[in-house]
Amino acid sequence: MSRPEHTAPPEIFYNESEATKYTQNSRIMQIQADMTTRALELLSLPPDEPCYLLDIGCGSGLSGEVLEVEGHVWVGLDISEAMLDVANEREVEGDLFLHDIGHGLGFRPGTFDGCISVSVLQWLCNADRSSHVPKRRLARFFTTLYSSLTRGGRAVFQFYPENPDQVELIVSSAMVAGFTGGLVVDYPNSTRAKKYFLVLFAGSPDNSSQPLPQALGTDLPQGTEPSQIVNASAGRRPRPEKRGKGQKRKSVKDRDYIMRKKELNKRRGKDVPLDSKYTGRKRSGRF
Amino acid sequence: MRLITHNMLQCPVKGCSKDNFPLRIEDAEIENADADFNPQFLKRMLDRIAWGALVQTSFSLGVAKLPESPGDPNDDEFLQTLHHVLLETRVKEGRMVCNGCGHVYPIREGIPNMLLQENEV
Ligand SMILES: C[S@@+](CC[C@H](N)C(=O)[O-])C[C@H]1O[C@@H](n2cnc3c(N)ncnc32)[C@H](O)[C@@H]1O
Ligand SMILES: [Zn+2]
Repeated sequence: MSRPEHTAPPEIFYNESEATKYTQNSRIMQIQADMTTRALELLSLPPDEPCYLLDIGCGSGLSGEVLEVEGHVWVGLDISEAMLDVANEREVEGDLFLHDIGHGLGFRPGTFDGCISVSVLQWLCNADRSSHVPKRRLARFFTTLYSSLTRGGRAVFQFYPENPDQVELIVSSAMVAGFTGGLVVDYPNSTRAKKYFLVLFAGSPDNSSQPLPQALGTDLPQGTEPSQIVNASAGRRPRPEKRGKGQKRKSVKDRDYIMRKKELNKRRGKDVPLDSKYTGRKRSGRF
Repeated sequence: MRLITHNMLQCPVKGCSKDNFPLRIEDAEIENADADFNPQFLKRMLDRIAWGALVQTSFSLGVAKLPESPGDPNDDEFLQTLHHVLLETRVKEGRMVCNGCGHVYPIREGIPNMLLQENEV
């Protein structure tokens, strides 16, 4: 199967029909949400603390919605207008920007508590214009991302590397920009469930070095295809990660998640009629 | 775009490092959208807000009167005002202009267009 990055630049590939496909296919939606949930877990934010987060390549807001359900405030960047228009129609809460991340980010130093990115980074390895040099675009991206994070902030990218050279290019660009960290590969022995996460640390608050989080499913033998782990959050029962002292794991419970999602949708007036002035989002006061 | 995020934005044009913040908002159409009041989040963000820029921006948009310097984070009335300015006030249409390099970032349907020309990066 050809990789989308080889067919067209992202702003062309993610056109209106691709954008609507994304939010009408419940399987895609579930997969993106599951990977976001895992990325958020790898961010290991302070428990029960609403944070200010960046979503790189936010698309139609599938990843961002997981962040808002968890109580975070988010900002999303994407190069595709069609994807952002769908995000707007779905009334996501995050702030959306039309932006090419290969041009670097425009945020003041120490803006975000953390950053996630789901299924995007492989796009930066492409040269879609004669002026594009992937190495330079990656460098500019990671350097500006580093400075926009608070000290000790993390960035977690789920991505689909095409080959080991791409992994090497991406990881080394991130390290040159000042990040520490590396790759966490979940279910490494399964072709279907295997997922790559680049976990980056923008320094640490006390200058200590931070260990990489534990990958999932590393104990499964070669060739196992546990069907239940394809839907990661439904099937996977992560082993407790080793934590620093005093830190409690905040697990994302499936039922909890759905309840909050339902509540969120209800608040936005999705399945309930707009019968009260408190239902849905009230917009007023323009001038 | 909520004003909290405008307060974090600086001009991304390469080499633009003088007067690159805050981006001046022009011809704005403002929209108010209710958001859950979250004092914990506001307190967390208080240190990160560039106060002078926020006062200036909210004044120029005629949004709310903010004190010259940040109020007491345990004062509920102050937090409510801050909440309204930062999280319930959105710029829907208009443009942002960099005072340093003059780059214009148009805003359509609440989405600022931050795309740059290749010679700006
Ligand atoms: C597979 S979609 C994922 C969207 C979203 N994160 C999700 O999980 O549903 C990949 C997104 O990356 C965006 N993208 C690709 N290259 C980009 C670039 N250089 N700058 C910003 N966004 C980019 C595309 O426009 C597309 O919306
Ligand atoms: Zn500028």
